[in-house]
Amino acid sequence: MMQSASYHWRRYKELYNLKGTRCERCGGVFFPVRDICPNCRREGKVVQIDFSGRGTVYAHTVIRAPPRGFEYLSPYAVAIVQLDEGPKVTSQIVDCRPEDVHIGMRVEACFRKLRDESADGVIVYGFKFRPVQHDL
Amino acid sequence: MNHSLNKRNGVAIVGVGATPFGEHWRKSLRELALEASLSAVAEAGIRGKDIQEFFIGNMSGGMFTGQEHVAALVTDFLGLNPAPAIRVEAACASGSVAFRQGYVAIASGLYNLVAVGGVEKMTDVQGGWATAILSGAMDTEWEAYFGVTFPGIYAMIANRYMHEYGLTREQLAKVAVKNHYHGSLNPNAHLRNRITVEDVLKSPLVADPLRLFDCCPISDGAACVLLAPANEARKYTDTPILVGSCAQASDTLSLFGRRDMCTLDATRHAASQAFEESKLSPEDVDFAEVHDCFTIAEILATEDLGLCSKGRAAKLYDEEQTFIGGKLPINTDGGLKAAGHAVGATGVKQIVEAVRQLRGEAEKGRQVKGAEIGLTHSVGGSGATAVVTILRRGDSIP
Amino acid sequence: MVGIVGYGTYIPKWRIRVEEIAKIWGHDPENYRDGLMLEEKSVPYLDEDTATMAVEAARGALRRAPHVNPKSVGALYVGSESHPYAVKPTATIVAEAIEATPYLTAGDIEFACKAGTAGIQACMGLIRAGYIKYGMSIGSDAAQGQPADALEYTAAAGAAAYLLGEDNVIVEIEGTYSYTQDVPDFWRREGERFPRHAGRFTGEPGYFDHVLSCARGMMKQMGMSASDYDYIVLHMPNGKFPMRAAQLLGFSREKILPSLVVTKLGNSYSASSMLGLAAVLDQAKGGERILMTSYGSGAGSDAFSMLVKDGISEVQELAPTVEYYINRREYVDYALYSKFRGQLKGFG
Repeated sequence: MMQSASYHWRRYKELYNLKGTRCERCGGVFFPVRDICPNCRREGKVVQIDFSGRGTVYAHTVIRAPPRGFEYLSPYAVAIVQLDEGPKVTSQIVDCRPEDVHIGMRVEACFRKLRDESADGVIVYGFKFRPVQHDL
Repeated sequence: MNHSLNKRNGVAIVGVGATPFGEHWRKSLRELALEASLSAVAEAGIRGKDIQEFFIGNMSGGMFTGQEHVAALVTDFLGLNPAPAIRVEAACASGSVAFRQGYVAIASGLYNLVAVGGVEKMTDVQGGWATAILSGAMDTEWEAYFGVTFPGIYAMIANRYMHEYGLTREQLAKVAVKNHYHGSLNPNAHLRNRITVEDVLKSPLVADPLRLFDCCPISDGAACVLLAPANEARKYTDTPILVGSCAQASDTLSLFGRRDMCTLDATRHAASQAFEESKLSPEDVDFAEVHDCFTIAEILATEDLGLCSKGRAAKLYDEEQTFIGGKLPINTDGGLKAAGHAVGATGVKQIVEAVRQLRGEAEKGRQVKGAEIGLTHSVGGSGATAVVTILRRGDSIP
Repeated sequence: MVGIVGYGTYIPKWRIRVEEIAKIWGHDPENYRDGLMLEEKSVPYLDEDTATMAVEAARGALRRAPHVNPKSVGALYVGSESHPYAVKPTATIVAEAIEATPYLTAGDIEFACKAGTAGIQACMGLIRAGYIKYGMSIGSDAAQGQPADALEYTAAAGAAAYLLGEDNVIVEIEGTYSYTQDVPDFWRREGERFPRHAGRFTGEPGYFDHVLSCARGMMKQMGMSASDYDYIVLHMPNGKFPMRAAQLLGFSREKILPSLVVTKLGNSYSASSMLGLAAVLDQAKGGERILMTSYGSGAGSDAFSMLVKDGISEVQELAPTVEYYINRREYVDYALYSKFRGQLKGFG
């Protein structure tokens, strides 16, 4: 894409760590961070929260016809992960063979390169998910 | 929200036209738009100068061809300046949202003759670029950013749906088989080959479990319809088609934000409103043109439109009830899968097909017998926008 | 007294065996297994690099120091010879990812395989001088091995992070000692993809001169000898060099084997000795003493004399251990290895 540094940088805090929003009025928990509560709108009171990074695979696929910029990773697993706190997130699943991802798989957030489109551009880092293998 | 209380006019379709959909290497965006428009205008026997406003669906002239300001381009190339024109964008629902704006214009009583068009020129970019551009229909920051593609989004819907409802890979393939059969009878379809379930299952994986033959092609094309107040329709045509209702609804942009991944709430809301406004119910529908960007999308559409209950669409395909000649023909021209999907044009093309069916003008072998009431359904992205239109024969129009 | 407050490690999941590499180049795998004392090495995935591994290790260090608020980390250094950028620090990426920003100093260090230990010394100085409360130094590398070169068998990937301070110390650093000279045993010019090395010259004038001189100097400064230490941790370019150096320093095999992660992981360059230390800390008990000596080509060694405190037993299990990472593995063949290492061109 043609967007440069500011487009990516503005999102670093929310890409490096899983953050969301809780509305103190309706109790709703949302991902990604919302500036107003989608339920209460102006009557809501939103606070930013940190997610633990733990979740379960809710749906998944393997991308075999990648978009521009992701060819080098093909084939790669993508999933909708339901975080333990409730909201769902879309992300890649790594550290396993793409075919091994399954609904119900327990996963945890990890830190990876998200985008590295050109040899002279900015590298964007952020969260992906990997299978949980230990009980820590 | 019931708009019918404010409706001034009944709305009728008085002329239609569409280019074939396909890889039109020799035609540009403006040429495609002109071709469809001329066809509609000739059919209605009007002068282009009579058209009061243009509503043009186009998802991404800018990304595919570098051209924005598409509406201005069209009126210019048609020689119809200074008529006002507006480009409408709602991803894959651009054409049908444009149609709804044209419908609203006539229904409000402010206009007497408007043109609704849809055009997309997709084949001037290669491979990975088209995939990347179409990803603009999803949440670019929280879905496309991570390398998810459009097929990937629908693949996850298929994955979850199969898990919850037991839909099999073979059942899903039947949707494509049926659409290709209809497409083989449609001279304007992008893909005209007949395929089998085995062909689908052997085609290369695009995003598990979706294979190449589960996915609609990338097409160039354009379509155009002319709208007028129902009580003036017979000035233009002996076969006016009434727009019973045209409803639109929205939902979360992202798939992960949805209430239920296996349901498009936007379709449900739009359908419910469309049936209410037209005082009809799903049982009244004789045929439907639904949004089958991927085979799974047709399964969901059939259910979310109320044409069958949730989780039961596969049975209709096992029983071949959605073929022309069956209980509920769906996608009589081959749908997005076989007739093609020139994104901004598709919603309008669906109207064109429904009109032809209601007029009895479809080609041999693909005419729904006695078609009185038709439904078109169009979706933007993975379900953030949905438009449901109910059309009926205009015999009752004096 | 300044010491280690928390430590964390990271090793990528994928491995390639010596046999798999030898097969491609027509080498005898036994020569390499025995000669290098190494069975397999870690291979980072396409989306892993020095920064991603450093973040994982840093997060582990903070998990072992749950009382430490990341905002009170006053300095953060990342030592590597494979920083993702030639200009733009890895340290700021890590600092942002562990939410330590913005009130801290940071910088990247390059000194071949001892860049991370140089960072530990820098943090020690800032802490003892009272400028900062906590400091973190990370050694992280995703080393590139030139195909068909001997180093291809050993060039691996990993990271280790050390959080230092004066409060809640789990390992006291009793002393530090360094030995540095200008020796061109191994280098990489700007713009070159792979490093060059001077063959057998890297042995005596390189590794052994510095490691032995530095370790001996450390023990002399402490007034101690090999028998005073329970463990020795040395930089591991392969298994043979540190085993031989430990022997020459008067240490028995049992004192070096707990840290000898290279046999299963390969040489993770700036993380090498720091991972070895972590492997020891994962099992060490209060009262035990550790001698650690790193080595970086170019050349220099940093030594640390360390005394383990009782408090370590409470934190060892708070983050994945080195053994966990050693056991978390899946093998790839040379084709996938080439793909993962970005050796296949033709995209974009």
